[in-house]
Amino acid sequence: MSVLNHLDRLESEAIHIMREVAAQSNNPALLFSGGKDSIVLLRLAEKAFRPLSFPFPLVHIDTGHNFSEVIQFRDRRVAELNERLIVRSVEDTIKQGRARVKSDTDSRNALQAITLVDTINEFQFDACIGGARRDEEKARAKERIFSFRDEFGAWDPKNQRPEIWNLYNARVHPGENMRVFPISNWTELDVWSYIARENLAVPDIYYAHRRQVVRRGIQLVPVTHLTPPRDNETVEELWVRFRTVGDITCTCPVASEAKDVQAIIAETAITSVTERGATRMDDQTSEASMELRKKQGYF
Amino acid sequence: MDQTLNMEQHTELLRFITCGSVDDGKSTLIGRLLYDSKAIFEDQMAAITATSQRRGMSEADLALLTDGLQAEREQGITIDVAYRYFSTPKRRFIIADTPGHEQYTRNMVTGASTADVAIILMDVRKGVLPQTRRHTHIVRLLGIRQIVLAINKMDLVDFDETAFNEVYQSFLNFANPLGFDDIIAVPMSALQGDMVVDRGQSMPWYTGNTLIEVLETVKVDENIQHAPFRFPVQLVNRVRNSDELHERRLYLGRVESGQVSVGDNVVVLPAGESTRIASIDTFDGAIDTAIAGQSVTITLEKQIDISRGDMIAAEDNPPHTDKAFSALICWFSNAGLDINKRLLLRHGTQTVATKIAALEYKLDINQSIHVPTEKIAMNDIVKVMIRVQQPINMDRYENNRPNGSFIIIDELSNDTVAAGMIA
Repeated sequence: MSVLNHLDRLESEAIHIMREVAAQSNNPALLFSGGKDSIVLLRLAEKAFRPLSFPFPLVHIDTGHNFSEVIQFRDRRVAELNERLIVRSVEDTIKQGRARVKSDTDSRNALQAITLVDTINEFQFDACIGGARRDEEKARAKERIFSFRDEFGAWDPKNQRPEIWNLYNARVHPGENMRVFPISNWTELDVWSYIARENLAVPDIYYAHRRQVVRRGIQLVPVTHLTPPRDNETVEELWVRFRTVGDITCTCPVASEAKDVQAIIAETAITSVTERGATRMDDQTSEASMELRKKQGYF
Repeated sequence: MDQTLNMEQHTELLRFITCGSVDDGKSTLIGRLLYDSKAIFEDQMAAITATSQRRGMSEADLALLTDGLQAEREQGITIDVAYRYFSTPKRRFIIADTPGHEQYTRNMVTGASTADVAIILMDVRKGVLPQTRRHTHIVRLLGIRQIVLAINKMDLVDFDETAFNEVYQSFLNFANPLGFDDIIAVPMSALQGDMVVDRGQSMPWYTGNTLIEVLETVKVDENIQHAPFRFPVQLVNRVRNSDELHERRLYLGRVESGQVSVGDNVVVLPAGESTRIASIDTFDGAIDTAIAGQSVTITLEKQIDISRGDMIAAEDNPPHTDKAFSALICWFSNAGLDINKRLLLRHGTQTVATKIAALEYKLDINQSIHVPTEKIAMNDIVKVMIRVQQPINMDRYENNRPNGSFIIIDELSNDTVAAGMIA
């Protein structure tokens, strides 16, 4: 090999970052949801640490509003890797009275932040590795790879640690933590190219399948028990796939006939709508939705 | 293999920084690069079109594409480094988009630290400004050897070739002594799109490459591949295979410079013991040679006591190991240097207690002169003598960016307060 291509460079950077977390942090964790970005993180952790076990447990913050395929996939993957999984649920946070919902069908995406901060405090994690990418959203474009959070889990965009060369500073006081994003510099297309190159399995709902949906604005809203059609809406059955997988009440599929990873790469290369624009109802509410959520502890 | 995938797996990655201010049309230029290279999506375009209309503009303002945080939108400024991504069939690009004003020198230093190339943006009507000099000096200090001069707002001088040549020449007069490898100038109108991605019709006299063609063909900085081998150890793991009597020690890390092959003679520092490379392993199997930028696992023939912070290096060309050295530091913290504070220095994977022993001079980045100083404030670039408690294994920054750079951390607050380059 004489020159590293761009996927090699991104992979090597991410491995370096994961090893820095293992070296600098006392009690790190890796956030694994069963979504494609965190699936990539698990492969990168294998590349960084095998033949040994991961130097951190996997953590899933469960909204309770899941696509069942994703949870099955999560458990299967964890078993294959023979690693430890910690699950904490938003449902419990609500029962403890630490979060309030108007109805069962409200999105719990934002509430995840409360459960996540509670979980970090419970286990005293000083670093949480997550699969966020800078190309996802404008607030994320300004995110550091090692992102400092105070004892309330809050992100202060005006007071971030400088991050120069590849010298990362993960030092924190007790109660504070770092959120670490090894695939910050990856795009949606890079993620799919890597899934293809590494031949990684992903939950079936990422591939085209027939599903009942209703059209709402530019989005196709899946018909589920939590997202029933409204009175004036017509239910259609279309070929769709999910580009992101989150809380069922705020995650929409896109029309697609891409049944394998090659077809998804081809579609991603020419798509005309952003990943979150087509799929996330919660980012559409204001110009600063993501920024506000991150200030409240969202990852 | 599928055509798209094939293309996707064989592209190079180029990182560049854009230097200039909003007044030079920097946001418009980046917006134009992203928009014309089809990196902007319909929903993003719809959002900025709506915002532009709310602000009474008739057309979508491409500069809004680079708007980030709410605080920035409120104040109409950029306060931090943002990273943007786009690709063409030839290359993948990462833009470090940094604010241009003097009070943000530290952000420019941050953006430049990982860039291969700098785009210096100039307003053709204004020529070389103090700001242009400052940006050019900073990118050179940070080790960038290639500059693309984006001479913008050509539409405001009727796309006049002479105006372009005059500005280009005056920039060369100033920048040639700084020792860049390559300075390429492109005339453009970011507002109208001429010579950014599309050539446009307005400048038939210009036969050189458009900006995107320059970015697609400029050399990715490969100097680091030719520097001597340096491998700062990140982690040490021990494994015992069932058929092995002794445990094997695995040294995890990334080749920061040069290349290394199985059988190569290496020295372990600071111990100074020599041995040979026994194996180079990856998750995908053993390899014969690892090159700069690759994260690998190394084993050595001899059992040597090695821990994080130690370095495995080329035996015939080792780094300099010392407890005192001279360096140029850029101060990041809004509290200036307080010599009573306990400071840590991180160089590679090593963290040691440090003291700033003497201030030699402050660099006046606008005039490129040295001025005496007795204090260090935010955004200052100062030549200092550094002392460290344990020896570090260093190269001069000019010869080796990864092994010539360090950061300074305030031990009590944990903040990163400065970045340094070993002289």
